[in-house]
This record gives sequence, structure tokens and C-alpha cells, in this order.
Amino acid sequence: MYLRNALRAATAMTLVATAAAHADTLTIATVNNGDMIRMQGYTDKFTEATGIDVEWVTLEENVLRQRVTTDITTKGGTFDIMTIGMYETPIWGANGWLVPLDGLSEEYDVGDILPAMAGGLSHDGTLFAAPFYGESSMIMYRTDLMEKAGMEMPEAPSWQFIKEAAAAMTDRDAEINGICLRGKAGWGEGGAFITAMSNSFGARWFDEEWKPQFDQPEWADTLNFYVEMMNESGPAGYATNGFNENLSLFQQGKCGMWIDATVAASFVTNPDDSTVADHVGFALAPDTGLGKRSNWLWAWALAIPAGTQQEDAAKQFIEWATSKDYIELVAESEGWANVPPGARTSLYENPEYQKVPFAKMTLDSILSADPNSPTVKPVPYVGIQFAAIPEFAGIATQVSQEFSAVYAGQQTVEEALAKAQAFTAEEMEAAGY
Amino acid sequence: MTRSVTPRRKTLNTALAWVIGLLIFFPILWTILTSFKTEAQAIASPPLFLNFNWTLENYAIVQERSDYMRFLWNSVIIAGGSTILGVIIAVPAAWAMAFVPSKRTKDILLWMLSTKMLPAVGVLYPIYLVFIRLGLLDTRGGLVVVLMLINLPIIVWMLYTYFREIPGEILEAARMDGASLKEEILYVLTPMAIPGIASTVLLNFILAWNEAFWTLNLTAVDAAPLTAFIASYSSPEGLFFAKLSAASTMAIAPILILGWFSQKQLVRGLTFGAVK
Repeated sequence: MYLRNALRAATAMTLVATAAAHADTLTIATVNNGDMIRMQGYTDKFTEATGIDVEWVTLEENVLRQRVTTDITTKGGTFDIMTIGMYETPIWGANGWLVPLDGLSEEYDVGDILPAMAGGLSHDGTLFAAPFYGESSMIMYRTDLMEKAGMEMPEAPSWQFIKEAAAAMTDRDAEINGICLRGKAGWGEGGAFITAMSNSFGARWFDEEWKPQFDQPEWADTLNFYVEMMNESGPAGYATNGFNENLSLFQQGKCGMWIDATVAASFVTNPDDSTVADHVGFALAPDTGLGKRSNWLWAWALAIPAGTQQEDAAKQFIEWATSKDYIELVAESEGWANVPPGARTSLYENPEYQKVPFAKMTLDSILSADPNSPTVKPVPYVGIQFAAIPEFAGIATQVSQEFSAVYAGQQTVEEALAKAQAFTAEEMEAAGY
Repeated sequence: MTRSVTPRRKTLNTALAWVIGLLIFFPILWTILTSFKTEAQAIASPPLFLNFNWTLENYAIVQERSDYMRFLWNSVIIAGGSTILGVIIAVPAAWAMAFVPSKRTKDILLWMLSTKMLPAVGVLYPIYLVFIRLGLLDTRGGLVVVLMLINLPIIVWMLYTYFREIPGEILEAARMDGASLKEEILYVLTPMAIPGIASTVLLNFILAWNEAFWTLNLTAVDAAPLTAFIASYSSPEGLFFAKLSAASTMAIAPILILGWFSQKQLVRGLTFGAVK
């Protein structure tokens, strides 16, 4: 009898201990990038302060997207916090899959989040994810090559200027390409770039009736301009170049200009990795004078899946990780150039951060992007380099493959646009639009 | 009839085999070399082969950031468990097909193999839901079962091919001596088929070790194997090739060593039945 009671007591204690341990451990799914990895290094500070342990599941961006989507749509409950972007947040928020981030503390100062970021991470005015860092896109260019070409980069150039400058900077013998741009298939790779670029040419994915618009002249203008410029001044094989390939080319001094994510600025100006760190200038993404620039807007944000058993602890973590104090913590240890950018207004008001060479251009780029009015004509969707509807990722992946085939010389612009129009129309009709 | 091979031809064949072998091995060699470079050296153009400053920094960073031993242990349990379970189920199945075939045996074998042609993503949601229901998400047990099921057709096929090489008269003699079915399989067939079973085990262990779709989609923390370890170092926005290479080298090292010491069995397993 004694033994049985002892066993019961031990079992009960084990259960309580297990439950307690479970209650104090958050499982967070996140992407592998510099800022997120840095945050993992500071997690001990959060655990020390709150007693809440954190387990990280770090995955490559596309794997993460599939993993968290599977889990949230099946109510798997594997994660207490998910790292998601501006594309998923409004859709998942509308579906009731995310916990609204209301009731955040006063010290957190939710009003300090940059309005463009808060807008893109909300649905019907309710914030569903807190931005950990945000980015837009801008021009990074070689000041020495620009000078050698006898040209001066305006703060807000036009596409025509960029094309002329690219041609002037190109030196095939010296393996210098005037311009490097994404061409790789994938809605988040070349698809994101060409969509943002098309906005400045007045193109749009859908009209107000959700009819695809690839048969309109603006799309042909965009693609013809891109292909002509890249064939003339771009690197060989640009059809398969994404962020990393262009970063590598730029860091090795093989690109005169590169238009891509603002987060790249810290890489290309880092003398440890970049051979051209001392010769990099920044400018706003180009336009065509129609009133919209070709920059995008993106944020990696932390959200709580509905159904988590640890909502309070998860909120505590999100408040800590996206707070002003966290930014101060990183700045103290690793310098202002390494703090997560693009999320808070106060960061850009900080005189110390204003000394970072790419800070102003990053802010200007973010502020010039409006996800609710991404292009010249009115659109029924939210999002600049994407349309925040569930069908978009699949459609845009297919469309970007057609475009990449054009870049690779496998088909004409007209053929690609005709296929894109037909495919998108079919998919949208099947989806009930 | 044996064909005579001239020394010149033999040398040429050997040289060709080395060239093909080195070509196949080159990506692995490049990964290993890159793991000892800095990130800047990893993307240098023209590429640096051996003339760079060798560093262990990437290994130190990976070691500090990730609990390698936990991932390794999970890989061993999942790959080993699924292989052993698969062999236990496949031996009787292959015995039946090899020694007491029916009219439909060939069809069944082809049907089993055809299940390998199903895209895994097509059944992700049903399996995910089953795992939620059974509480198997992020458990090694759940992955052992899934990987066993995935590799079972290959295990059965390999064992079936090998068993067909064993004369049925030997089993018949054992039966005449009074051996039960269990004894026949355990004490007569299995010892004779040990080389075939060993190569089947090795090959399936490697397949399970390298499996990335299910191991990434059904795990999170507790059961995550080395495939998840590698995935955590891959990034489309940032050049971390040297660190990724270090993580990849650490992930493939155990299987490279295993493959090196068991290459004879592996080659034998992959070529049996090919030459009569």
C-alpha cells in the first residue's frame, strides 16, 4: 500500500512538474536571417527576467512558410509564436487564425510602430502581428563607378536615368555589370521585384472587378523595359539571380547598381564581407513620373496562433522582442548599425541611429510605400509586391516562372503575358472571384 | 565465357571510374572546403580551392548556436528505428513473394513501388491531421512509422530480389526436417540472406537519414533530426554559405563514415541480381 501511494504521489508530482515545464516553455518558429539569429542570442535575458523558457525552430523562409501554414490551418498547435510576413498576416487575421495583439502595455507604445508597418500587419484596424523588423527596397550603387561614368545619382531617380547609368557603368572586360536585379522565379524572389517595378509603370495585378491585367500595355512596358535594360547591362544568367546571387555579385564589385531590400545595405557596407564597402551610395527606388515608385514593403513579424495554450507568455515575449528596450539592448552590445530596422518611429528619431549611413534612405523608402494604394490605378487588394489574397502565392509563382523564361530567352514578352493572363484568369475564376 | 581485358583498357576504365567518382564527389568536397572558409572567401570570384586561410570559426558558431548532439541522436533513432521496423515487416512479405508467389505477386510488387511515385505533399495534410489526432506531432515514434512506410516498398523489393537468388529447395529441406515457418525464416532463410539484408539495411538507413520532407514537416523541437539542423542554416536573404556548409558537413559526416566502412556491402546490395 505504501509503495502504491508513493508511486501515485511520484506520478502526480511528475505530471505537475511536466505541466509546469510545458507552461513555461514557448516554441517559436522563425526564419534564418541575421536579426532573428541575433535575437536568439539574447533570449536568455528574457528567460532571466520572466522565467519563461524559449525553444527556437529556425527554418529557411520557404520551408518555414509551408511549415507554419500547415500547422495553423490544421490547428496543430505546435508553435506558440510564428514569424510571418505582411502577406500572411491580414489573411490569417481575417480567418481568425491569429490572436489579436490588443491590450499591449503602455510602455510598449504600440503607436510608435511605423504606420506603414502597422497597417500591413492589421486587418480591419486590429494589429495581428508585431513587426520585428521591416524593410523596403532601394537603389544601392557604386559611387566610384558612377563618378567614373560622369553621372550623378539623384536622390529619387527615374527608370530612364537608371537605364542610361547602367549602360554607362557597364564594362564587360572588367566584368562590371551596370545593374543587377532579381530574375529568379518565385513570388518572393523575381516575382516581388517585377511586381513592385510594374507599379511604377502603372500596371496592376487586378482591376476593381478582380480581372487580371496582364493584357494591358503597362505590363508589356514593364517587361520590355526590364528585359532590354538587363540584356544590355545586366549580368549573364540574370534569369536565375535572386537576392543572394546579386548580393554576392555586388560585394565582389561586379555590379554598378543593385535595387533590392533595404536590409542589404548593412551587408554591402560591411568591410568584412564586401570589397566595395567604402564606395556604396543609396537612392530611392526609381519611378516613371506616374506618382508611384518601385519600392516594396515587407516586415517579418511575430504573431500568436489562435489556440495556443500560452497566450499570455507569448504576448510577453512579443512585447519584449519588438520593444524599444530590445533595440537599446542590441545597440549597446553590437552597435546601432545592427539593431533591427524599419519597425519603430522612435528608432529613426534617435540621433545615434541617424548616423548610420543607410538609416534615412531606409525610412524614406518605407514611408513612400503605401500597401493600400500600391499602384497608379485603383486596386481591390492590399499589398505592394503581392496581393494579400490566399490564391496569390500559387498564381504569382507560376506567373514569375513565365517571366523568368522570358529573361532566359525561352519565350517572348507577349507569349509570357498571354500565358500569365490565361492562367491567372482561370485560377481566379476557379477561386470564385 | 570471360572476356579478356587489355592492360591499356583496364587503365582507361580505372581512370574513367576515378574521373566520374571525383565528379560525383566534388560537390561534397566543395561543401567541406567551404566550411573552412570565411563568408567572404566562400563567395570569392574566382573561387578559392585550397589557397585560403583555413578557419574553424564556422564550426564554433554552429556548435554554439545549435544543439548538434540532439539533432544527431534524433537522426540515429529515426533512421535506425524506421529501418529495423521496415526489415521486420518486409522479411516475411518478401519471403511470401519469393517462395510462394501467387498470380498477382508481380502486380502487387509493382503496385507497392507505384506508391513511391505519389508526391509526398499530396498526403501532407491527411497525415498531419492523423498525427494531431494521435498526438504524434514532433515525436520520434511518429516519424519512425512514417519513414518506415515510405521506404517499405524499396525494402520489400530489395529483399525479394535477393531471396529469389536463394534455392527454394533448401527451405523445402528445412520444412521436411520439421522446421516451422518461423524457424524456416529465422534460422534458415535469414542467415543465408544476411549479406542482402545488411545492404538493404544500410541503403534504407541512408535514405531515412537523408529524408527531408517529412522530417521537416512533422517535427519542431523534440524530434527534429539533422535535416532540420541543416534547414536552420539556409537563408534566401543573406550569404551564410560557410556556416551552412559547416552544418552540412556535420550532418553528413556520420553517414559518410558509415558509407565508407560499408561500401562493399552497399555495392553488393545495389548490384545483386544484375550479373548472372
